[in-house]
Amino acid sequence: MKTFVYIDHFKGEVQQASWETLGVAKSFGSASAVIVGSGLEALTKAAFEFGADEVLIAEDPALMDYRVEAFASTLSTLASSRMPDLILFPTTSRTRELAAMTAIDLNSGVLVDLTGLSRNGDTLVATRPIYEGKLNETVVCSAKPVIATLRARAFPRPAQDKSKSGTATKVEAKTDSPVTVEGYEVAEQAVSVTDASIIVSGGRGVSNNPSLTAPAGMDDKQAEIWRAQQGFKLIGELATVLGGAVGASRAAVDGGYIPYAHQVGQTGKVVAPDLYIACGISGAIQHIVGIRSAKMVVAVNKDAEAPIFKVARYGVIGDLFAIVPALTAAFKKRLGK
Amino acid sequence: MKIIACIKQVPDSEAKVKAENGQVSWGESPLVINPFDEYAVEGALQLKEANSGTVTALCIGPESAKEALKHALAMGADEAILVSDAALHALDTQGAARVLAAAINKIGGADIVTFGRQTLDDGSGLAAAQTARILGWPLLGLVGHMEIKDGGVRVSRVIEEGRQIVSAKMPAVLSIVQSIGEPRYPSFMGIRKASKASIPVWSLSDLGITAPATFVTRGELITPPSHEVVCEIIQGDGPEQIAQTLADKILAEKVL
Ligand SMILES: Cc1cc2nc3c(=O)[nH]c(=O)nc-3n(C[C@H](O)[C@H](O)[C@H](O)COP(=O)(O)OP(=O)(O)OC[C@H]3O[C@@H](n4cnc5c(N)ncnc54)[C@H](O)[C@@H]3O)c2cc1C
Ligand SMILES: Nc1ncnc2c1ncn2[C@@H]1O[C@H](COP(=O)(O)O)[C@@H](O)[C@H]1O
Repeated sequence: MKTFVYIDHFKGEVQQASWETLGVAKSFGSASAVIVGSGLEALTKAAFEFGADEVLIAEDPALMDYRVEAFASTLSTLASSRMPDLILFPTTSRTRELAAMTAIDLNSGVLVDLTGLSRNGDTLVATRPIYEGKLNETVVCSAKPVIATLRARAFPRPAQDKSKSGTATKVEAKTDSPVTVEGYEVAEQAVSVTDASIIVSGGRGVSNNPSLTAPAGMDDKQAEIWRAQQGFKLIGELATVLGGAVGASRAAVDGGYIPYAHQVGQTGKVVAPDLYIACGISGAIQHIVGIRSAKMVVAVNKDAEAPIFKVARYGVIGDLFAIVPALTAAFKKRLGK
Repeated sequence: MKIIACIKQVPDSEAKVKAENGQVSWGESPLVINPFDEYAVEGALQLKEANSGTVTALCIGPESAKEALKHALAMGADEAILVSDAALHALDTQGAARVLAAAINKIGGADIVTFGRQTLDDGSGLAAAQTARILGWPLLGLVGHMEIKDGGVRVSRVIEEGRQIVSAKMPAVLSIVQSIGEPRYPSFMGIRKASKASIPVWSLSDLGITAPATFVTRGELITPPSHEVVCEIIQGDGPEQIAQTLADKILAEKVL
C-alpha cells in the first residue's frame, strides 16, 4: 500500500503526532512524507530519520503562512498525479480543514480523528470515538484515495534514527488562495495540549487565593485576573518540572485568565496525556469528556464532593496554593531538577 | 448583508449514549442545538447587529430538527429553513456539505455563512471547509473575532500558536469558536416569535439535486470499556508531606 503522510507544522515547527502517523503508514507499506511550506530542511531531515521512504516537498515563499486553500490544492494536485492509496494526517485544527478540502478535490471521504486503523486485505477499517467518547464506531471509506486523520498519542511513535538521511523530491507548489494573511498575535509559546504526555490544568479555583493582594488601582475583575495569573504561574511551574503542558477549564478561559488554546473539554481540546493533574477544577461533564483518554487523572480540589474526584486515581482535598508548589518541590527533588 | 448560520441538532451532552441493536440510542434525553452551532448563530447575529442585514438559520435533519432551528430563531435569527429528505439517511460529511452548498445557492447565496467548529454526535469538524471548497468561497476557520471592512471580512483566527489575522473578500465561509462571546439566551419575545414561526422544509428535489454519494460508512458500534476508577485520597501532615506521598505514588505508577 502506498501512503502519503502529511507532516503538519507551523512555520517549520512540527506537530509531533506527524511522526506517529508516519509510523502507521510504514506498517502498511511505503510511506511518502509530504511537506508543504517554506524553509523546510530540518523537517525533511527529521522525516527521513523517522522512517519516510521518500520526502515530497512543495516549497515556495508564498507558502510560508499556512493558507488552507493553497495547501489543499498542492496536496490534491500531487495526489492526482501520484495516486496514493491512502493519505494520512495527524489530527490538528489545521489538518481537519486541509483533509476536508483535499477530499472534495479528490472526490473522496475523510475518516476523522481515528484511534485505530487496521488493514483487512484491501480494506482499511478505522475506529473513532463518537458522541464525545461515549461510543466508538468502526468506519470505512469506499472511495480512493482513503483520507484519514489520526488522533495524537493514539498510535506509537517510531524511533528516530539519526543515521538515516535522504534527498527530498521537489514537487509542484500551488500558491493561489483567496485569503490574505495580515499578521499574527503570537502566544509566548505554542500550546499543544493534544500532543502533550503530561498536562497540569487549572480552573476557576486558580483565582481563589484570598491571601494575595492585587496591586492598587485594579478593579475587581482586573484583580481577579491578576490573582488567577499568579495562580497559573504555580500551575506552569509544576508543568515545567514535569515537562508537560498547561491546560485549563472553560471557566478559567472565560474568566480571561488564560487563552482559549489551553482549554480542555467539549468546546476545547480532547486530550490523551499519560498524566492529567486538575487543580481547582470541579469536573463538569463538559470538562470530563475532554480527558476520558487520559491514562491517569490526579485532582487537587478543596471540595471533597467535587465530581472531578470520580474520575481521578489520586486526589488531594486541599488548597491548591499550598499543594501545587509543594508538589513542584517534591518532583524537583525526585526528578533531580 | 445576508448571513446564513448552519446548525445541526444533536443529543444533549448530559445524555447517556449507548449502542442498542446496532443503533445509537440516547434514551429520553432531549435533542438540542449543537453547542458549537450556538456560536455560529451568535456570530451571525453579531454581524447583523454591526452591519444590519438578515440571518437565516439552515439545518439538514429530520422534522424534529425544527426545534433546533426554533432555538436559533429565539436567539434572534430572522428566518429558518430545514432541509429534510428520506434519501439523506446515510449522509456523510462531504455529502452534508454538498447539500448545504445546494441549499445556500437556493437561498440565493449570502455574504457570510457561519458554521460551528464541530458537531458533537458523530461529527468531524469538516463541513465548513468542505462547503467552502464546493462553493469556491474562502474559508476563514476558527474565528474568534470579525469585522466587515471595505467589502471584505477581516477576522482573528484562534490557533494553537496564538491568533492569526486574515482577511478575504465576501462571500466567505466562517467557522466560529467560543472566543466570539457567550451565545445569547433566547429572549421571552424571541421564544414567542419562534414558537409561531413557520419553517419551510425543502426536499432534495426542491434543491434540484439527487442524494450525494456516501463514501464513509459505519461498520459497528463499540461500547468503550468503562474505566471506573477508585480515587485514593492522599492525606498527611501538611502540604509538604501530602505532596511527597503523592509524587511517590505518581512515580510508582510509571506514567512519567
Ligand atoms: C455547551 C457547553 C460547553 C462547555 N465546554 C467546556 C469545555 O470545553 N471545557 C470546560 O472545562 N468546561 C466547559 N463547559 C463548562 C462546564 O460546564 C463548567 O462550567 C466548567 O468546566 C467549570 O470550570 P471550573 O471547574 O474551573 O470551575 P468551577 O466549576 O467553578 O470549579 C472550581 C473548582 O475549584 C475549586 N477550588 C476553588 N478554590 C480552590 C482552591 N484554593 N484550591 C483548590 N480548589 C479550589 C472549587 O472547589 C471548585 O470545585 C461547557 C459548558 C457548556 C454549557
Ligand atoms: N446536518 C447539518 N445541518 C446544518 N449544518 C450542519 C449539519 N451538519 C454539520 N453542520 C455544520 O457544520 C459544522 C461542522 O460539522 P461537522 O463537520 O459534522 O463536525 C457544524 O458545527 C454545523 O455548523
